[in-house]
Amino acid sequence: MELVIAITIGVLAGSGIWLLLRPRTFQVIIGLSLLSYAVNLFIFGMGRLRVGAPPVLDPSEPANLARYVDPLPQALVLTAIVISFAMTALFLVVILVARGLSGSDHVDSVERGS
Amino acid sequence: MTLADHLIIAPIIIPLIAGGLMLLLDGRRREAIAAISILSTLALLAVAVTLLMSSTAPEPAQTVKVYLLGNWPASFGIVLVADRLAALMLVLTATLACAALLFALASWHRAGSFFHPLFQFLLMGLNGAFLTGDLFNLFVFFEVLLAASYGLALHGSGRARVSASLHYIVINLASATLFLIGVSLIYGTAGTLNMAALGERIPLLDPSERRLMEIGAAVLGVAFLIKAAAWPLGFWLPTMYAAASAPVAALFAVMTKVGFYVILRLGSITAEAAGGASIFYAEGWLFTIGIATMCFAAIGMLASQDMGRLAGYSVLVSSGTMLAAIGLGGTGMTTAALYYLVSSTLTVAAFFLLIELVERGRSQADDVLAVTLEAYGAEEEGEFEEAEVVGVAIPALLAVLGVAFLACALLLSGLPPLSGFIAKFAILSSLLDQHWLTGGGTISLQGWILLAVILVSGLATIVAMTRAGIRTFWTFTERELPQVRSVEIGAVALLLFLCVALTVQAGPVMRFMQATASGLELGRPYIGAVQAKTPTVPTPRPPPSEVKP
Repeated sequence: MELVIAITIGVLAGSGIWLLLRPRTFQVIIGLSLLSYAVNLFIFGMGRLRVGAPPVLDPSEPANLARYVDPLPQALVLTAIVISFAMTALFLVVILVARGLSGSDHVDSVERGS
Repeated sequence: MTLADHLIIAPIIIPLIAGGLMLLLDGRRREAIAAISILSTLALLAVAVTLLMSSTAPEPAQTVKVYLLGNWPASFGIVLVADRLAALMLVLTATLACAALLFALASWHRAGSFFHPLFQFLLMGLNGAFLTGDLFNLFVFFEVLLAASYGLALHGSGRARVSASLHYIVINLASATLFLIGVSLIYGTAGTLNMAALGERIPLLDPSERRLMEIGAAVLGVAFLIKAAAWPLGFWLPTMYAAASAPVAALFAVMTKVGFYVILRLGSITAEAAGGASIFYAEGWLFTIGIATMCFAAIGMLASQDMGRLAGYSVLVSSGTMLAAIGLGGTGMTTAALYYLVSSTLTVAAFFLLIELVERGRSQADDVLAVTLEAYGAEEEGEFEEAEVVGVAIPALLAVLGVAFLACALLLSGLPPLSGFIAKFAILSSLLDQHWLTGGGTISLQGWILLAVILVSGLATIVAMTRAGIRTFWTFTERELPQVRSVEIGAVALLLFLCVALTVQAGPVMRFMQATASGLELGRPYIGAVQAKTPTVPTPRPPPSEVKP
């Protein structure tokens, strides 16, 4: 499972960075989204990967921390998802405004060579 | 718990409530919104000054105030910490906010909707970032202040602003991912995100984990250096600050200082971990980056064709100077860097406001034309025939603006008699003190480099400022007088007056900075205070690990 997660993070981050460096605003926003997925998985992985262990305490079970997975990274991921979602939405608006003002979807608002 | 203990959270709560209240009001009720904004900003200033006053207690244990949010002990819950450094930054932010708001009330706040709410949310994010004692909360407050700053950067709209903001947003979103990677690596190895607990646990880490932790700290450091606009991560800054509207740019002057503040804070807390040298200062890399930033900014200043970019590069100069100064290390250096921080932030803010006033009556083409004329050595022939009368009267308004410009030039380049000179003098003198006068040895190579680069960047500043000043105030071109209201000049005068006050009261201010710097040394009082703080009432619920079946 570690290998699968690691490859997933690598592929997501790699494609995200490649797209981030492209000249079209649409590619940039997709790149940023992929990058934030990669980071979310990475934070998740930092809480150590375990299968079948819940993060929330169950009062009916005997108290034993070894049965549970670290809940903090999951809370962090949740916050990170919300923030990156909001920022992506905001960025989308700015992209649309830039497109409307300049008539171009180039990141510099000017087409190369024109 | 008395009301005074709750004061620590007020700098976050006040702008939050004020900003939320404004959103509820109808956008057309400008007077009511402006009144709330003024009240909130003044209240912030009062709270910040109170916190600063109470942090000057003689005993180090009393200078650090800890506030437990949710009343959990520090290792479980989230803490806010107000020490001297945090209180100093709060006062600086509130002061800048007052001046920027005063300026904006004259006309700029009508240039678009939601200026005041965004302004308050930006203040909330800044104050939160200064007060928080937890790395993940730092991330959240960074995002709050950045989200507000995106909106403010777009204030007034226009193609240049949108284009510059586009780059600014992409860079900051990318740096947010770096921030998260760094934070999660640190959590994965050290098992805590509380800054004080980190300071305790890092020395106990296993060497293999330690290496991973350091990688995390390095990634985190890159995110902060992007905020501080250090070379080669700061190319976005001059364009973006030049494009932003004047009051916004003035408030943004403190935003690069947030990155510097966090590096200083984490550096002080982790200092003991690395056996004296802090891992956040990265074995001289911070110094090198600071020097490179200063060189780049000095060249940029000489190459700027308009004053907005000139001011943007002067922000870079101050970032670079502070990074290089703390990169060298030592209490004296930190003292000088803190004094420089206050002085340069006020100056740059005043300069941004002033530029807008001066440029109101000019077209963009004038600047390019003036530089082109200089470059090709073209004489302005027609002028001299008309100007038979010796001496051209300068209108009173231009004279006032000119004096303010002169003061900015002196402050930025560090010439006597104003506080810019004292700040640079303090850096140089602690450099000489540290390595030569008291140490008995010679000044290190790094010391000589810093000495030379500070002096050369001052020279570049004065050359660039003189050129811009002559072009603006002494050319004979026919121009309309800018329409300026006295409130706007008042805002600039307030900031410059504070710089004069810093000069006159240099002794007490320097003593305060000294106390702040020695409090930061090794981070001991900070860690001790946070660890010692216990919840005020018995915890209502048992901790999660003791849950009974």
